[in-house]
Amino acid sequence: MPLLLRQIAAPDVPMEADNITPDRLTGQGAADVERLAVMHGSESRSIGDFFSAAGSYDGVIDLQGDDLGRVKFIGAGMSRGTIRVEGDVGEHLGAGMSGGEILVNGNATDWVGPEMSGGRIEIRGNAGHLTGSAYRGASVGMTGGEIIVHGNVRNETGNAMRGGLIAIGGNSGDFTGVNMLSGSIFVLGELGIRTGAGMKRGSIVSMKDAPLLPTFSYSCTYRPGYMTLYLLHLSRVFAIAEEYLQGSYKRYCGDSVELNRGEILLYAG
Amino acid sequence: MKIKSTEIVDTFAEAFSMWGARVIVTAATRQWSQAAAQSMTGFATSVIGCKCEAGIERFLTPDETPDRRPGASILLFAMDKASVGKRLLERIGQCIMTCPTTACFNGLDGEESVQVGSQLRYFGDGFQGSKKLEDRRFWRIPVMDGEFTVEESFSVRKSVGGGNIIILGTNEKKTLAAAGAATRAMGAVRDIILPFPNGVVRSGSKVGSRYKALPASTNDAYCPTLKAVTESSLPADVNCVLEIVIDGLTEDAVKQAMAAGIQAAAKPGIRQVSAGNYGGNLGQHKINLHDLNLG
Repeated sequence: MPLLLRQIAAPDVPMEADNITPDRLTGQGAADVERLAVMHGSESRSIGDFFSAAGSYDGVIDLQGDDLGRVKFIGAGMSRGTIRVEGDVGEHLGAGMSGGEILVNGNATDWVGPEMSGGRIEIRGNAGHLTGSAYRGASVGMTGGEIIVHGNVRNETGNAMRGGLIAIGGNSGDFTGVNMLSGSIFVLGELGIRTGAGMKRGSIVSMKDAPLLPTFSYSCTYRPGYMTLYLLHLSRVFAIAEEYLQGSYKRYCGDSVELNRGEILLYAG
Repeated sequence: MKIKSTEIVDTFAEAFSMWGARVIVTAATRQWSQAAAQSMTGFATSVIGCKCEAGIERFLTPDETPDRRPGASILLFAMDKASVGKRLLERIGQCIMTCPTTACFNGLDGEESVQVGSQLRYFGDGFQGSKKLEDRRFWRIPVMDGEFTVEESFSVRKSVGGGNIIILGTNEKKTLAAAGAATRAMGAVRDIILPFPNGVVRSGSKVGSRYKALPASTNDAYCPTLKAVTESSLPADVNCVLEIVIDGLTEDAVKQAMAAGIQAAAKPGIRQVSAGNYGGNLGQHKINLHDLNLG
């Protein structure tokens, strides 16, 4: 039976709930879970002040509530297990996670999966800025794992990303893949401006044409061998049109202000 | 034991422990995947002279391949794990990477693996890149028609090489027909290959030779032209002998193939179906013909 945490009170200010991870809740009964600490603003409170716990952790945590948007750091640092969230979630979802899975049947805001190294996050709605990114001042963002957003994301998705996969079902804002070092970003919708600015390596793929920086140069139109592998992988969660599987892609190399070993691939038909 | 009029000799095939790998090669069309697969499995009949044994296991439809293109499944065997790695590196590098539009994937599950793509990548001269999807890494090597995608590592597994049946016929035509029927029947069995031309070998060998430099020489006991001058194993009315060698990922698969081959080869004009062995002193696997599931 999963551990069910049902919200009973909305936080007045942002709450840091980094104890809500499988790693911390393994072996804890419902009463023990309710006693665990959370930071409510600058105050230390307990999970039980905001959530009622039922069941016991068997590998799955169910988190339900109408006002989880101020609950931050859900699943931070997790290495195993599953968190299922019904509702919108706050910032820093899955920050630094290395394994396990977070499924959100709602929207997320900024900083989804910052600096994560493994595991999987799936957002059924939209996400905010800096999905899968490095924290400010850090040189490396996401290094592994997978972030799937069914809706749209805002700016700086994959900032300084060095590995893993970010896939966006909708549109991506500006500076997608800024300072990217490696890894893959797939955007089935439209890209904003300044895509890949400062990227050294890695791949940014979009199924729509996009305005690119002048520091990206067109190389050729072809069918990358790995494209079908990735699109078939993504077809588990997205409806991937057959023409994307069979089609050709325009390859732009950049960013020439850096190594010039990155690529932006735009579906060409 | 007899199947129809063909005697199944009470003997055993002596097979050897080898290491095997499965390579999935895909290309834009069935013709190009076939060209690549044939190139890679060329000159790979016997580990003694070719350093490995390889063959096309079967052709694959787009629905069966990782990148939804036509493909071929290739099995390659060598005597140890490191040799499998070396042969894969040579043959994928020279025969698959060179063939237009191809990509190359590991087709086997297993805990042990050899590095291939991670070595071939240096052909990219610094322009290569990789993609890691879940636990698998694929190298992308720029080539003149686009890029060659090759998986970083290929799983290897302990396997069985040298399973065999020997078909003893009254004449060449009937023996060839029986061998053809046997190889077609064996072709339906998964996890095996028949490494010789069209699956059939005429130059069966024995261990040793009167010439010191040679580790193996013609199996004179099965040569019809030598019946009068050597200790022959052939009945008087046998005038043609052909052998089918089977390498497989498992002993069960080799046994299934041998059984299918024997049943198909048992025809009028085939006096006996036998098997090659070395007295049981060399191989790790002894497969008795009478123990096979011959229906």
